[in-house]
Parts: sequence; C-alpha cells; structure tokens
Amino acid sequence: MEDCVVRPNITKSIKSNLVNTGTETFEFTNKAKKNLMITMVVGLVLSIVGVVTNMGAGNHEETTDGGHDATEMVTDQGDYGESVEVSEGGAAEHHGSPLWLKSLYNNLWINTIYFAGLALLGVFFFTIQYAAQAGWSAGIKRIPLAFGAWLPIAFGLIAILFFLAGPDLFHWTHSSLYDVNSEDFDEIVKNKASYFYWPMEAGSFPAFWVGRLVLFFGVWYLLFRKLRTLAFEEDIEGGESRWKRMRILSALFLVFFAYSSSIAAWDWVMSIDVHWFSTMYGWYSFASWWVACLALTTFLIIYLKENGYLSIVNTDVLHDMGKFVFAFSIFWTYLWFSQFMLIYYAHIPEETVYYMDRWTGKYSIFFFLNLIINFILPFFMLMTHGSKRQNRILKSICVVIILGHWLDFYLMITPGVMKYEGGFGFMEVGLLLVFLSSFLFVVLRQIAKAPLFASNHPMLEESKHHHV
Amino acid sequence: MSNGTNYVLGVYEDEDVLKDAVRQVRENGVEIEEVYSPFPVHGIEDVLGYKRSWMARAAFAFGVLGFALALTMQIGMMGVDWPMIIGGKDFVPFPAFVPVLFEMTVLLSAFGMVGTFFVIANLKPWGRPKIFDIRVTDDKHVMAVDIDANGKSEADIKEIIKASGASEINNKTFV
Repeated sequence: MEDCVVRPNITKSIKSNLVNTGTETFEFTNKAKKNLMITMVVGLVLSIVGVVTNMGAGNHEETTDGGHDATEMVTDQGDYGESVEVSEGGAAEHHGSPLWLKSLYNNLWINTIYFAGLALLGVFFFTIQYAAQAGWSAGIKRIPLAFGAWLPIAFGLIAILFFLAGPDLFHWTHSSLYDVNSEDFDEIVKNKASYFYWPMEAGSFPAFWVGRLVLFFGVWYLLFRKLRTLAFEEDIEGGESRWKRMRILSALFLVFFAYSSSIAAWDWVMSIDVHWFSTMYGWYSFASWWVACLALTTFLIIYLKENGYLSIVNTDVLHDMGKFVFAFSIFWTYLWFSQFMLIYYAHIPEETVYYMDRWTGKYSIFFFLNLIINFILPFFMLMTHGSKRQNRILKSICVVIILGHWLDFYLMITPGVMKYEGGFGFMEVGLLLVFLSSFLFVVLRQIAKAPLFASNHPMLEESKHHHV
Repeated sequence: MSNGTNYVLGVYEDEDVLKDAVRQVRENGVEIEEVYSPFPVHGIEDVLGYKRSWMARAAFAFGVLGFALALTMQIGMMGVDWPMIIGGKDFVPFPAFVPVLFEMTVLLSAFGMVGTFFVIANLKPWGRPKIFDIRVTDDKHVMAVDIDANGKSEADIKEIIKASGASEINNKTFV
C-alpha cells in the first residue's frame, strides 16, 4: 500500500518537511567551499609543476638510457626463472608513453582507485550497520553513506583512464602477448587471457573486465541510491517498514560486496603485476580501504562536531570509532603480514619478485614507512583509553591514516606501472590534494542535502545514550 | 560492637534504583566500599566515582615481557645456540619470528592480566573473598559501607541508606 502514496521528488522536499522535527542539517558554507577550492588549486599547481619537472627529467633519461633500468632489474633477478625474465623483458620493450605521461597516469590511477574504494566502503559501513541491526551508530550513519556520491565519478574516472592509459597501466592489454608468432608472446599471460577478454578473442576488447566494471558500479550505485532514498523517506514518514527494507537491501549489498570488492581489487590493482598473484589480495585491499574509510568517517564526525553539529553524537560513539580505527589498523597489518610472510618463507621466484621490487631498491623507504604509518603509529597512539576520547589526538591520527593508506595504494600500484622509474614528488602530493579536496567537496555537498541523522531511526535513542 | 570490620549493607531490587541510591548516598557524605550486582550495571563506575583501572597498564607490561621473551628465545636459539640454514634465510630471520612474537605477547598479556585480576580481586588461592550476601549472585544488588571508614554513626548511615530506597538493611562483620 505504501507504494501508492505519491511522493514527488522526495529529496528536494525533505528539508522543508523537516523544519520542526528536532533534526539538524549541515550547511556547506562558502568558507568551507573556498578552502577546498584553494586546496584543489594548490594541488593542481603542484601537479603541473610535477609534470613539467618530470618532462625534463624524463627526456633526459630517455636520451641516455631509456628503459635501461627495467632491463637491469631483470639481470638482478636473473636466477628467478625464465618466465619472469621473459615478462620483465616484455615490459621493458613496451615502454609506451613518455615518462611524464606514464607517471601522470600512474598517479591518477592510484588516486582514482583509492577514492573509489573509499566511496564504496562508505556504503559498506552504512549497510553493515543495518545488517547487524546496530543501534550505537544511528546518529552517524549518514556520513559514510554520503561517500557513495563519489561512486559515479569514480566509475567515470576508471573507465576514461582505462581506455586512455590502459597500455601504460596494464601490461596485459598488449595484444602481442597473446600472439604465438610474436616475439612478445607470453604463455603465462595467455593462460590468464579469458579473465580479461572472455568471450572475446584474447588481445582484442577486454569485454569481461569492462563488463565487471560496469556491473559492479551499476549494482553498487543502484543499491546506494535505493538505500539513500529509503533513508530520506523514513525521515518524512517514520515507521519501521523502511528500516526493515533497508536491512534486506543491506544484506544483499553485503553479499554482492563480498565478491565484487575482491574481484575489483584483482581487476584494478592486482592485474597490474599480471604474472604475480596473491590469494590475500582482495582482503588486503579491502582492509586498506576500510581503515581509511573509518578514519575519514571519524575525521568528518569530529569536524562536524567542532562546527557545532551532531551534538547527539557523544564521546562514547567517537570512542567506538577510535576502537574501529585501532582494531582495523591491526587487521590491515595482519593481512599485510599474512600476504608477505607466506611469500617470504616459501621463496618461490614468481611470488617473491613482487616483494623484491618493493622491499629493496627505490621503494624500500616507502615499504617500511607504510608499516610505520599504518601499524606502529596507530597501534601505540590509539592504544590507551584516553587517546580515543580526545578529539584532537583522534583527529590527527585519522589524517595520518588516510594519508598512510594512500601510500599503501601507491606501493601497490607504482612499482608495477613505473618499474624503477617511479618516484615521489610534486605530482604525487599535488594530485592527492586535488582528489582529496574534490572527494570531500562531493561528500560534504551530499551530506548537506539531507538531515545529518535519521530523526525517525528506531534506534536513535539508543545511540544517544550509547555507553562503553 | 564486635571486633573486625563492620559493614552496613543496603540491599536493592533494581539497578536504576541502585544507581540513584549510590549517587544519593555519596552526596550525603557516606563513603561506599563496594557495590555487588548479579550482572554488569552500565554507568555504575561513573556514579561510584571510580578511577580508571590500572589493569590495562599491567596488560601492556606483561605484553612487553612476552615480546621480549619471545625475541630473546628465538634469537638465542636460531642465531646463537644452533644456527641453521633454513630455506636460504638469514640465521635470524625476523619476519619468521613475528608469529611467535605475536603469540607470546598475547599469551603473556592475557595470562598476566588474569593473574593480576585474581590477585587484586582477592581471588588468589589462599585468599578469602568477602561474601556480603549470597543473593548478589541471583537477583539482589548490595551496597557495602564500612562503618569505621566513615565519620558517621551506624544509625546515621542506616538512615541515609534507607532513604535512598534500599529494600533491606543488614549488618555484616568480617573478622
């Protein structure tokens, strides 16, 4: 019967209908917008500086010893077996775009994937609260839900970048790898071809890969839209029916998410190092996104509270968010180590090559920095009871973690795309700033569209009195 | 008055009454030694004015001890006592130590915390816990007030406890 009720354009009418129900709406002030814009412009300038400096350096390198580094890497690992040698040799020959452009694509891809994951995991947080019938989080759920507004942008960016920069990012997109008569022919990649190209012929259009991309984003976005609509309808009409329907949809989302997030991590990140694979990879990427998502959610709650909003969220809720960040930082480390440990101990050349590129040489410093920022720092800083209850400490740790897991994605992607030519400079910092500010802009705009918390949520009262 | 420690016990039927009673009794200047309940009462430690327990610090210390022990043991065995080449690794392969480091840290931290708790809660084997009222394991909440620790007379304390909503007031002496 409830479907018969006419509800014209529910999101637009929601604010006017809710004036007197004791809820509150975030106002995305011009000052906040201006600050984000400034960050974006600074990021853009830094990126351009980065591109220009890279252009100079890249040309220089290409005239002197273009591709030499990559060849050197092969000789370093000469005793690792022929298959690796063939593959790395192949990568060196597909030098593709000039270095600055490759570096730009690489950075765009890191940020695109990182923020796509944050957007997805925001919806994941929301759905997991519903599926678990959690009461404590009733006042904060709409903040991670708003991350979902980035999903269509993430889809656009991934699609455009893939078609623009596919050959530079993904070794497997080179059709000569699948041609028996070509000297680039690579049997290992050929055996994996159907994962990318099915039902098309290997080396043609990667229909399966693109199909998954479209399917995943389609389902994620549709469920996000549906959940958002139901949440807003509940504000106006109350009752428990929407809450129940959201529970069902959330459970569906979670089942789909469990498969799709893992496969997405293989597709977007793991397939860069196409010869290598890890059964931990999906979980590992999920953990990285998840910690970052929790940190960003916590940060935004504190930001909103400091600006006078969300007074219904008490210190105990933030304490629990702090516990989440703390616990999942350890979880991330656990997965990081589980992936590393088995490969380290088994010492199989095809597997160790991934860690050889990261542990030794140019990326070594980031490799260890990654562990320090994402494990040692949150572990000791968030260990005590008091630190999770102090907004200042919690907030700064969250910022560090958000940057730290960006670094994690940098480490997953850069050595695969850039080989030994990657670096860390203006472009990395600049593009991160551009993406971070755009993401926050979209999210804050989305948050401002509806009340900050669900005034008719059946467990709102529990959330207000949450006590740990 | 008999020798030993004399207590006045207030028996309460409901945890909400108990929480209000604790607040009220403390406001009237009576110091409560302990409150016993059949189940955890949310927020009772706040109204009782308890400080944070130092158990967490004990746990951390035991954890550090476990970490140190595991590290010493493994380096001693693998690096000093009987170095062996395993899978071409170093004699002291740190990554391979991590699982043991983790386990020993967790183990000693947990055991140490349980042991510490047993000692401070007077549950050590030779300890004789004070049982104020056996019904706190069933459906009653009991507030124990040490008469000598308060500057008030027994009658005054009983009056205050009674006014706070206790269903019974009893005496108990531990020698």
